[in-house]
This record gives sequence, structure tokens and C-alpha cells, in this order.
Amino acid sequence: MRLRLLLPLAVFGLLVVFLYKGLTLNPSEVPSPLIDKPAPDFSLTRLHDPVAAISNKDMAGKVWMLNVWASWCVSCRQEHPLLVDLSRRGIVPIYGLNYKDTRDEAIAWLQQLGNPYLASAFDADGRVGMDYGVYGVPETYVIDKQGVIRYKQIGPISVDALQNRILPMIRQLQEQA
Amino acid sequence: MRARTATLWLLAALLGVWGMSSAALAGEAVPLLDPALEARVKHLEEGLRCLVCQGQSVAESDSGFSQDIRAEILSKMREGKSDQEITDFLVERYGDFILFSPPVKSTTALLWAGPLILLAVAALFMVVMILRQRREPRSKLSAEEVRRAESLLGIDEAKDKGGS
Repeated sequence: MRLRLLLPLAVFGLLVVFLYKGLTLNPSEVPSPLIDKPAPDFSLTRLHDPVAAISNKDMAGKVWMLNVWASWCVSCRQEHPLLVDLSRRGIVPIYGLNYKDTRDEAIAWLQQLGNPYLASAFDADGRVGMDYGVYGVPETYVIDKQGVIRYKQIGPISVDALQNRILPMIRQLQEQA
Repeated sequence: MRARTATLWLLAALLGVWGMSSAALAGEAVPLLDPALEARVKHLEEGLRCLVCQGQSVAESDSGFSQDIRAEILSKMREGKSDQEITDFLVERYGDFILFSPPVKSTTALLWAGPLILLAVAALFMVVMILRQRREPRSKLSAEEVRRAESLLGIDEAKDKGGS
């Protein structure tokens, strides 16, 4: 009989647990169905060279990062120093996907803020972005030696995500055959 | 008679102006040639979540994301793709989250069954309560307590008066 009096408290406690968990969830983060799937194929022109092509197949056999960015994107500006620093350290090749941008503005943006990309693919109409499930820029993918997407960061890369998730994963993937 | 003609002219002029303004408004909307196609696009869009707006459908939203999805749906329909093929194409890229009604899977089983389970538990609780109330006597008071209660409420005094 005494236990029955505790029932509302137990229900309340359960509710608190769920609500507390809800506080730490980010509703704008949508789990990508592309994780552990082959990266969608693309063949685009290079941002800095409209006649040269760039394809995801060029990167086969190495672990690489694909960063989706645009000169109109405010959060890209925020994450950019982190990418520039990462490229200086030479840990992983970083390629860019310049998303729904204009060539002139994108090139000027890189001149102003530094260019961490070995090359950027120029995706003017965002069709490749759609194949990669891009819905908010910036987004970053880690792709392994077999061309499989292993990680997706939605929104700017944080120092925490870089140190504790992305870099350990890249190191682990690089050790694999 | 002349007054009536003037009124008719005025009415015709007003209708003309109204017609022109609605034509101008129609020009602003995205021109879709085929109303049946437009209805199909709209129907499909209503079931799709605009991922950047949270809680709005693609049909309701005019964000860049929704515009892209709309253009993609339209071009796929013109290629002759079925609604199911287009939905699959989008789910492949954006996941089940883009659908307003999630498919029944092991991960969504609780979501679909939850309300039914809750309803069943509530119904069971209600039945148990009703049966228990029926089985138990209305009052748990002894005969002595009933007499005391009645005297306090003035019931048996009234009975006495009525009896005398």
C-alpha cells in the first residue's frame, strides 16, 4: 500500500529522465542515412580551374575529408580557422565542395580567409550537395580508403568534435589497409 | 434605362480591373503548366519535412532547401518517375526524418505502438477501478456509525417527527 503512494513519484522521475535526455539532444541534427555507405559519385569542375575536372574517385585509396562550404555561409566563416589549422598540420587531405556559390565570390573568400583545401569542387546548382544529403552548410564528411562515408558533421566543426571524434577516427581509418 | 446602362459599364470596368489584378497575381506564382502535375507535386511535398525549418512541410516552406526539393521533385516527375521512386530517392539522401509519417520499423515500433499501449493500460486501469467499486459495499461504516452519522445529519430526527 505504501509503495502505491510512491508510484506518482516514480512516474515523475521517469519523466525527468526523458526530459533531461531531451535537453542534450539537438533537434536540428538529422542522422544521415549515408553513414557507412559509399560516397555518392560526382564529377565537377574545380573552383580555381573551370576546365579541370575533380571527382571523388581521384581520392580513392586515401582517407580524406570533404567539407561543404559557401562564401555566403556565416557558420563556414566560424569553422574556417579550424580547417586552415588542420590543413597546416597535414594530417588528412581536405577537399572542398563549394555549394551554390559563384566562382568569383568563393575565390575571393578563400583569398581573404586562407585556403585549407587541396582543391574545391564547384557545385553551382547544388545537385551534388543533394546527393550527399546536404541541407545546411557547412557539413563535413570523413571518407575512408574504400570511398565509404564514415562520419558526417552537420554544422561547423567544433574543437571538441575534431579532437575527440574526427581525428581519432581518421587515425584509426588511416591504419586500416 | 440610361442609368442602368451606366451601372453595367461600371460593373464591367470593375470586373476588368479585378481580372487584370488577379492575372498579375497569378503571374507571380511559380508557373506550372499542368494542374494535375502541380497537384501531384503539392501532395508529395505535404508529406515531406523541410529539414531546415523544423515542423514545416516542404509545401509550406519557401526556404532554399524546399525550393531545391521542389525543383528536384518536378524534374523527376517530368522524367516520368513515380511518387514512390521520388520518395525513395529523397529518403536515401536525407533519411526517414524527411518523411512526416515515419515507416514502421523496429526503431519506430514504440512510436507507433506507444499510444495504443497507453490506451490499453488506461482502459485496463478503468475496468479494474469500476469492478472494485462494484464489489465493495458503498459504505464501510458499522451500524453504530451509521446511526451516529444519521443523527448528526438530522435524518433520524426528521424520521421521528414524521412518525409521531
